[in-house]
Amino acid sequence: MSQNDQSISKVLPILKRSVVATFIAFFLFLPTLGIKTAASGGVDGLFLQYRWPLLAIGCGLVFFGRIAYELMSSNKEGKQQKQAAPSALARALGSSKVAKAVAPLLLVFGLIFPFLPSSDRYILDLGILIITYVMLGWGLQIVVGLAGLLDLGYVAFYAVGAYSYALLSIHFGFGFWMCLPLAGLLAATWGVVLGFPVLRLRGDYLAIVTLAFGEIIRVVLLNWRSFTGGSNGLSSIPRPSFFGLPFNQEPGGFAATFGLEYSSLQRIIFLYFLILALAIFTYFVTGRLRRLPIGRAWEALREDEIACRSLGINTVNTKLSAFAIGAMFGGFAGSFFAAKQAFVSPESFNFMESATILAIVVLGGMSSQLGVVFSAIAMVGGVELLRQLQFLKVIFGADFDPSQLRLLLFGLAMVLMMLWRPRGLVSTRTPTVFLKDKKTVSAAMISQGRG
Amino acid sequence: MTQPLLAVRGVETYYGRNQALFGIDIDVNEGEIVTMIGANGAGKSTLMMAICGVNRAVRGSVMFDGKPIHEMPTHEIIRLGISQSPEGRRIFPRMSVFENLQMGAVTIDPKYFADDLARIYALFPILEKRHAQRAGTLSGGEQQMLAIGRALMARPRLLLLDEPSLGLAPLVAKQIFDTLRELNKSQGLTVFLVEQNAYHALRLASRGYVMVNGRITLSGTGSDLLNHPEVGAAYLGGSAH
Repeated sequence: MSQNDQSISKVLPILKRSVVATFIAFFLFLPTLGIKTAASGGVDGLFLQYRWPLLAIGCGLVFFGRIAYELMSSNKEGKQQKQAAPSALARALGSSKVAKAVAPLLLVFGLIFPFLPSSDRYILDLGILIITYVMLGWGLQIVVGLAGLLDLGYVAFYAVGAYSYALLSIHFGFGFWMCLPLAGLLAATWGVVLGFPVLRLRGDYLAIVTLAFGEIIRVVLLNWRSFTGGSNGLSSIPRPSFFGLPFNQEPGGFAATFGLEYSSLQRIIFLYFLILALAIFTYFVTGRLRRLPIGRAWEALREDEIACRSLGINTVNTKLSAFAIGAMFGGFAGSFFAAKQAFVSPESFNFMESATILAIVVLGGMSSQLGVVFSAIAMVGGVELLRQLQFLKVIFGADFDPSQLRLLLFGLAMVLMMLWRPRGLVSTRTPTVFLKDKKTVSAAMISQGRG
Repeated sequence: MTQPLLAVRGVETYYGRNQALFGIDIDVNEGEIVTMIGANGAGKSTLMMAICGVNRAVRGSVMFDGKPIHEMPTHEIIRLGISQSPEGRRIFPRMSVFENLQMGAVTIDPKYFADDLARIYALFPILEKRHAQRAGTLSGGEQQMLAIGRALMARPRLLLLDEPSLGLAPLVAKQIFDTLRELNKSQGLTVFLVEQNAYHALRLASRGYVMVNGRITLSGTGSDLLNHPEVGAAYLGGSAH
């Protein structure tokens, strides 16, 4: 066989597979990209608009993407089987040495972030949002990542925290710092309330009940008008002050006291540092907890509940403590959310929020605290980035809104993650205690265990 | 006669409506190795679970050291000094060998930990060699050693073993039985062993019970049972040993 024949015999199957992929993509894209319903404005209501160029671009992307993928994977062949070897970056992040170096760097960046010249109000708000999600992620990580209890209703505790602050400060005039522990306590109580009925449930069944629990809390908030204000929510929640100094233009305000010129940004920067402090607190507490016997018991519970019981672990208390502590951090974050927005309504606590937080935990790696930071940045920051892609309007037409693609990309990212890094961005688990030498074993190296 | 360490009296359990155990009586005296042999589905593991309070006895009683334990929650039973290596080993696959052993000692005063660990490592040197390795990556025999080691970390007065030879090569199984004999001799460890591998189990044990369909049909010393024609026919491949 000549050289030419050989290369043809290699190229043909690639082409064939690419054509098949494009064929499938065509039918998938036909209803999603190719056809659009538009209002005619007249009596006949809707009519179909065909967008052939867009459809062609989509199919073309799939065709060439598939070819590129085939070429890339054929280069790898022979070196190793499909076994997903952890990328250098991920491996580095998983090793405790690098994690120890990256975490302070992130912290320093977090501390100087508000003072960077590029940080305007919008960027700061985004920073606050990301850190809030990081904190929620760390809280949920205790329940889902460590204890292995799939909780789809985590947003309920966020809501409990938010409404606790709102109601306590409106009705009793409690300050933020007084409400914060109370909100955490109330959320933890609700965590136990949720925990009791689901003690015997695992996996799918647990997920369904927690999902329902999240909805119950939301629906109660929606319908208990006299107490929660129903769908109107609660507004004019007092904003937190800087040790008693309000952020306003009055003589007794923060700016006047420190001889600064008043700027509305001061309050934002204060809120930024507030959530940063709360997140750091969460980081240290959850990081510490996983090294304590209780954290080990959570992990053991995730691995094998029957074995846990046969070792004398009280599985009831262990589960409830995971729910309670996870919920407590949700409550803290919720309390901050209410303080920042000065307005809460049930709308902010829908299932999508739970899904986002869960996605952050899953994407980040079930047991990596650092992974949660990166995935929160990707998930929350990425969505914001979509809004910035206005230049795409030049290609796809004026009515193209990139942020509408959010869920599509969200799903795509999830699928890709499942293919390439099924255990999350940072999937290595560092043993928490060492006898002689440190050693991590990559999760990707061993076969997929019981989820 | 002194009271037995473990006394099972008339225990009956159910799975839903199906009765699994019928009036089981068993004694395990301090310092003894007692075995229970029986075919698949005879109810051996069910009895183990009844002792540990996982699947509770509906009738009858389980006394440990003179105390009734059949109504106590599992974790409290374990804390009394009963340690179990459950069926199918049930190690924590994604935790390291060392962490698995640590989990075994959760109920124990930490001051004993270093000594106990050294003792386990002396007993199973392979575990020390693999202490930082994920337990799920160990071979079957190593996992079984880990499961027994983990159970021993709880400083048991009574060690319950559910089919330690399951799925192991004969040589590895023999090694594990030898270790048990050694532990019994040197430390007076009391063992209640449930096994299908009747030959090894009966040779190891001072006394044995045979369970068929949830009832105890035979009992006696290990060597008596080994030479019993019915046991020979049913569990030892017909040939008399």
